Amino acid sequence: MAGASDTPLVLLHRPPSLDFMDEILSRNFRILNTDTSSEPLPIFLSRHASSARAFVVVGRFFVTAEILSYLPSLQLLVCGSVGFDHVDLAECKRRGVVVTNARNAFSDDVADCAVGLLISVLRRIPAGDRFIRSGDWEKYGEFRLGSKVSGKRVGILGFGSIGSFVAKRLEGFDCVISYNSRSEKPSVPYRYYSDILSLAANNDVLVLCCSLTEQTHHIVNREVMESLGKDGVIINVGRGKLIDEKEMVKCLVDGVIGGAGLDVFENEPAVPEELFGLENVVLSPHSGVATQGSLDNVAEITLANLKAFFSNRPLLSPVQLD
Amino acid sequence: MESIGVLMMCPMNSYLENELQKRFNLLRYWTSPEKSVFLETHRNSIRAVVGNAFVGADAQLINDLPKLEIVSSFSVGLDKIDLGICKDKGIRVTNTPDVLTEDVADLAIGLILALLRRLCECDRYVRSGKWKQGDFKLTTKFSGKSVGIIGLGRIGTAIAKRAEAFSCPINYYSRTVKPDVAYKYYPTVVDLAKNSDILVVACPLSDETRHIVNRQVMDALGPKSVLINIGRGPHVDEQELVKALTEGRLGGAALDVFEKEPHVPEELFGLENVVLLPHVGSGTVETRNAMADLVVGNLEAHFSGKSLLTPVV
Repeated sequence: MAGASDTPLVLLHRPPSLDFMDEILSRNFRILNTDTSSEPLPIFLSRHASSARAFVVVGRFFVTAEILSYLPSLQLLVCGSVGFDHVDLAECKRRGVVVTNARNAFSDDVADCAVGLLISVLRRIPAGDRFIRSGDWEKYGEFRLGSKVSGKRVGILGFGSIGSFVAKRLEGFDCVISYNSRSEKPSVPYRYYSDILSLAANNDVLVLCCSLTEQTHHIVNREVMESLGKDGVIINVGRGKLIDEKEMVKCLVDGVIGGAGLDVFENEPAVPEELFGLENVVLSPHSGVATQGSLDNVAEITLANLKAFFSNRPLLSPVQLD
Repeated sequence: MESIGVLMMCPMNSYLENELQKRFNLLRYWTSPEKSVFLETHRNSIRAVVGNAFVGADAQLINDLPKLEIVSSFSVGLDKIDLGICKDKGIRVTNTPDVLTEDVADLAIGLILALLRRLCECDRYVRSGKWKQGDFKLTTKFSGKSVGIIGLGRIGTAIAKRAEAFSCPINYYSRTVKPDVAYKYYPTVVDLAKNSDILVVACPLSDETRHIVNRQVMDALGPKSVLINIGRGPHVDEQELVKALTEGRLGGAALDVFEKEPHVPEELFGLENVVLLPHVGSGTVETRNAMADLVVGNLEAHFSGKSLLTPVV
């Protein structure tokens, strides 16, 4: 246990189920864990966290202007996630708080999940498993045919590390890859579409890998889904709000699009119940990142960012605050 | 060619049925309640048999059809056809290689991901409303795990190529080392199992490969490794497999094939470290159409004296 008074103080907030970093952090820093008190958080922070220069947040905790107001010494916010849509970035910038995220920590697992969902939808894997377990295979014999994965045209929305990892995997299936992102990337060998509508029009599958911002909120709307078409499939491993969920449900029920594989939803853990009766949909409880491997990676990069900060070295994964 | 009798052994594909019906005198074996009477009636007009992975042409059938010239299988696997008798009698045999290679390989990877990442379990978890009560547990990462392939033919090679894109080191077992292959060779299946996180069966079924995955192999895999079968049910000692899974000695299994399809051991139904599929390795619209075209193409070639497209015998 780090106990010397010159060992830096780090504030930590995480749900009890996500305590995987507790030990390694305690070995390296003096940890002030919000878990240790039953006081309301604002009181706890005012009492104990005023000298904390670094704050580690794991899980979906909203770092609001109010929370930041209780942390006058804060200079570094370390997010144990890749997404940072739960952080008031403008307020961080105003206060001179630098934010880091988990960069590539989850990329392998999220990309694996995206490909797994894609194959599961096209080849009807969960439906087939249900078909057997319910006894229907012995009764009825014939199971509906799926759709071939190899060679499909896949459009990736967002070409960061997750998008590029998805592309690399799908190349093994000879998929034809194209993408859309805020700007074209000259080093990327795939075809660039300058808007999501043309990406949808020219692909069989759309994989959503971009971050949630004001510009990407509901970027997949009815028009995009109509453009994708009745055999088109959407895979979402980004954020639920990238898709107009109400419209998507209608489009699935009415056959405007062919299917969907979804790891994220607008109001998790609530999932539109109309989806439960659909065979062409595969649902996952935001577990794209949930392997031990990913957690180990997050712990590693969190520790590395903290160590760099406290020894005045460049941070590993600072987030652009604009 | 409308008078040529083509015996179709079981329902397999309506597009295929229609195409055969257009060209030949299609006889549907399964529609007749009295099989022996049926054969007796038609034995002199049947010149071709179309079978698949479930029902082919065994010795008895071949001997009952004196005018049989060709067996065209709607599958790549030939284990349901008595090849020896066909060779002896000069009966041609064709199958559907290559067109289904990608589908089977795609499914193998899909099964690995569904198993390791518990995708079917996740789907059940959400649909049952359990997510509202708490998050799903951690699952197992696929990227970077070692994949051991039994049989490095067309399908095995396609599986290796896909797994490589997930940064998986590839090992394999086959009857002989393949000299121009960069993957690591193991001389026995047990050695392969000992050194692989994921064992995939991708070889043809023959007398030598029956129960190639036996208790010893399953013990070598152990509780942290998994088995994927996209070959044939009899490749795996199914009774031993059920025991290994229910006793926790094997980490998990994803199976597209079973010893006595469509029967699946019910002990597996309650296990969440198991993924079960109803033999859909080539089960896509695109591939079944391509397979059907090959069956029809082979029959047309044969009956017009041309070279067969995909002969085996």
